[in-house]
Amino acid sequence: MGADYLGGQFTAACLSVGTSSFADFLASSAPGLLPGAGGPAGQAHGDLPHGTTIVAAEYDGGVLMAGDRRSTAGSMIAQRDIEKVFRCDDFSCVGISGVAGTGLELVRLFQLELEHYEKLEGRTLSLEGKANRLAAFVRGNLPGAMQGLVVVPLFAGFDEDTGTGRIFSYDVAGGRYEEHTFYAIGSGSVFARGSLKKLYTEGMAEADVITACMQALYDAADDDSATGGPDLTRRIYPVVALVTRDGFRRLTDDEAGEYSRAVVGERMQSPGGPVAPLRQAKS
Amino acid sequence: MSMPFYVSPEQQMKDKADYARKGIARGRNSVVLAYSEGILFVAPNPSSALHKVSEIYDRIAFAAVGRYNEYENLRVAGVRFADTRGYQYAREDVTARGLANWYAQVLGSIFTESNKPYEVELVVAEVGDTPDGDQMYRITFDGSVADEHGFVAMGGQAEQVAEVLKERYATGMSIEAALGAAIAALSGQGNGERGEINGSQLEVAVLARGRVHRTFRRIRGAQLEELLGKAQPGGKAAGGKGAKGAAADGAGGDAAGEPSPGDGTAP
Repeated sequence: MGADYLGGQFTAACLSVGTSSFADFLASSAPGLLPGAGGPAGQAHGDLPHGTTIVAAEYDGGVLMAGDRRSTAGSMIAQRDIEKVFRCDDFSCVGISGVAGTGLELVRLFQLELEHYEKLEGRTLSLEGKANRLAAFVRGNLPGAMQGLVVVPLFAGFDEDTGTGRIFSYDVAGGRYEEHTFYAIGSGSVFARGSLKKLYTEGMAEADVITACMQALYDAADDDSATGGPDLTRRIYPVVALVTRDGFRRLTDDEAGEYSRAVVGERMQSPGGPVAPLRQAKS
Repeated sequence: MSMPFYVSPEQQMKDKADYARKGIARGRNSVVLAYSEGILFVAPNPSSALHKVSEIYDRIAFAAVGRYNEYENLRVAGVRFADTRGYQYAREDVTARGLANWYAQVLGSIFTESNKPYEVELVVAEVGDTPDGDQMYRITFDGSVADEHGFVAMGGQAEQVAEVLKERYATGMSIEAALGAAIAALSGQGNGERGEINGSQLEVAVLARGRVHRTFRRIRGAQLEELLGKAQPGGKAAGGKGAKGAAADGAGGDAAGEPSPGDGTAP
């Protein structure tokens, strides 16, 4: 069917009746373009860029996701300002932990998957549909994960049907789990979750939940070398994304900087962060 | 058992071309116009679910006339082509020119190699950062590509529609003026009379230069009614039902452009 710049199957595949999934279309027409297409690579070299903390929390208005800016390769800092939280579409976002390169590829393909579906079908996927597609992508990366190219995402979005934010976590086998209130992933997630356990309350206002998550990221960076704290000297702050009824919004550097400086300022007096009361106040 | 009659290649091609032209002529005309802030697409379309104008990529849109299932197939193929190219390289590397050339290859192959040609005419348009960067390409059923400027009239009675557009078109016109010109051209009367056009019978979309990332936007519902009101200050478009009733006798002159029902051509 004419000269194909990607080989004989491509044009025919474009014209054939079939899937609205971009990843499935690539798999059938141009499998060489998919991430991980190079075939088994043997055990991946241990020093691929790695490490993270990503937190997500529901609040009054929607859901927030924040991530640190550091990627490490072994004991070296590979990048100081890597972004790990991304907009997927107007009402959802994703954060990635694990190997940075593979994670970025996965996010890029996933963003295109959602856009492709919307263009072909004339409607956006439901939030559940998006979460399920991401699970399939993670499952598809399992062979790579077994060789060390692990990617584990955290997915959050605003569900227009329920009118609330929702959070979904994953495991390497493609299992998908809905989380409530808050969650964290990555090498620093244990510390972040412990911190949020004491700071988080349901139905928090936006400014409060941003501060709580900034505190959680700070605590993660305090105890995990693979998570970076806010770099006030270079003005590199955590990426903070908010998904509400009005869509996706990322805090500008100025806004994130303001919150970061407030948190660090208070830590000058109380390095361990805000102290939680030992007993519930009698109401 | 009988030997097939010999048909000369010229005759074969001419037959196919006549067939395709007839199929396209059965449907309504559509227009594409460049205006000050982008590119406007106007197509008569009573259906709100089946589209003649669609988004292909960030700055690229697709409009078609002819047989619905065939151009719908080409639309899906175009989206797949664009998304693959954008994924393989970068979003900026997807161009209307590349897409138009690809469509030309596809349609050309279908025209020569298959028994039945596609009865479609396509326009692929790209909005530029400045009006000079706007591009419009017309691709016909046999794979011919033409680089158009300012405006394009698509479909069977394209010459008559283009005549009206030529009179009314001005570079850098506002969207209201462009819509007015499009409606005048489509209703077949260039002398100020209006046909039965109201919002529910039109599919209107734009590629808006100022928008970030995805520039394609459909204009419908209340927004379309408001725009129609400004585009046709004669007031007939302001109230849907009123306009229809008042202009019922205006519809007779348009009968040549009406599709015949139930034969699978454009809605």
